[in-house]
Amino acid sequence: MAAMIEPIVGRYANVAVAGRSHRIYFEEAGQGIPLVCLHTAGADGRQFRHMMNDPAITDHFRVLAFDLPWHGKSSPPDGFQDEEYRLTAAAYVAAIRAFCAALSLERPVVLGCSIGGRIVLRLAIDHAAEFRALIGLESAAVQAPWYDTSWLHRPDVHGGEVCAGLVSGLIAPQGPASSRWETLWHYMQSGPGVFKGDLHFYRAEPDWSVDLARIDTRVCPLYLLTGEYDFSCTPEDTARTAQQIADARVTVMQELGHFPMSENPAQFRRYILPVLDKIRASSGAI
Amino acid sequence: MSGKIISPGADRSAVHGMIEKLPELVNHDAALLRRGRYLDLDVLIEIGDVPYYVSIENGRIARLDRGPLLMRSWALAFRGADDAWRQFWQPFPPPHFHDIFALAKAGQFRIEGDVHPLMANLLYFKDLLAAPRRLAEGVR
Repeated sequence: MAAMIEPIVGRYANVAVAGRSHRIYFEEAGQGIPLVCLHTAGADGRQFRHMMNDPAITDHFRVLAFDLPWHGKSSPPDGFQDEEYRLTAAAYVAAIRAFCAALSLERPVVLGCSIGGRIVLRLAIDHAAEFRALIGLESAAVQAPWYDTSWLHRPDVHGGEVCAGLVSGLIAPQGPASSRWETLWHYMQSGPGVFKGDLHFYRAEPDWSVDLARIDTRVCPLYLLTGEYDFSCTPEDTARTAQQIADARVTVMQELGHFPMSENPAQFRRYILPVLDKIRASSGAI
Repeated sequence: MSGKIISPGADRSAVHGMIEKLPELVNHDAALLRRGRYLDLDVLIEIGDVPYYVSIENGRIARLDRGPLLMRSWALAFRGADDAWRQFWQPFPPPHFHDIFALAKAGQFRIEGDVHPLMANLLYFKDLLAAPRRLAEGVR
């Protein structure tokens, strides 16, 4: 019997980001409105495989997910061995815009989760006209550090296992075990110090709340969806952020946590499809 | 082989009955034992004001003793009110009661002592502490 071949295709793009060359791995499936998906801290684009295998999405959207430098199959840059990886907002925004430009994506939708959910706020503040719509999953302008991240990268604790152990609690208990463990597997595979370096993005960046009033959702609609079991970015954190943005659309997702697209794809679908339908309707349906 | 259980006094809530099943739940879980195979540690689990001393040897619960037992030493403690444990041990706990760090962040649990063995064996500890959920599911 022939194997079921998924429609997802993976390729590498050689892209300069802030003057430094990067070999960026990305996957894509579908056709239509470009929809760029940003993975969570310490993970990679595989988190979006269910969206890329969903004809209800790929019939209308060209779904793309790239692995940030240092993540998944994207290489760390030359000389990485002598530096500590630390994600900044500037580097993150530069990577997203460089990827979209390299693939000549015309006013893509960007959907980001966790760190990706937070960075879409920065895109909304500073670059709204470049995007058709922005979707923040588990998104907040500010998140106070709530644990000692030094445990994530030290020689006497297995980095992959402790990262998986930490984020396991951010997954809602109702999802399928296979999806829970696949989500954790991505964390187990992350390079040493990468999850910790991503979390630097929360600690180093100031509270963006003061900038939120500059977001004009008439230029670019903004959707914020947060899982009720996410205790890292709680629904209350998202609500506080949304209160400062005119016409941000907030949804609290039941029986979901911090990784909605990978921890329980069927449940997430119930929430993301209506959002994508709205985006499609307002951008002149394809 | 289940660990030895000392149970002076009557249980004051169902959670005390649940923890006494912990050795059986853990010691019959081959995957969990494999995950914890390098761990030897004396742990305190406090439910309300009742301390339970859990001695782990190679991932197996060798003893579970209900206290208080003066001068009994432990390296790592998990402390919470009866209700916090009761909610945590539901098959599908509500948000903020579904994970030990969620409970700690919400002020419902205190995690004290040497954190290193916890972080080095985090998936093991999370599954060990959540094991009584399976009682309600009727798995065992």
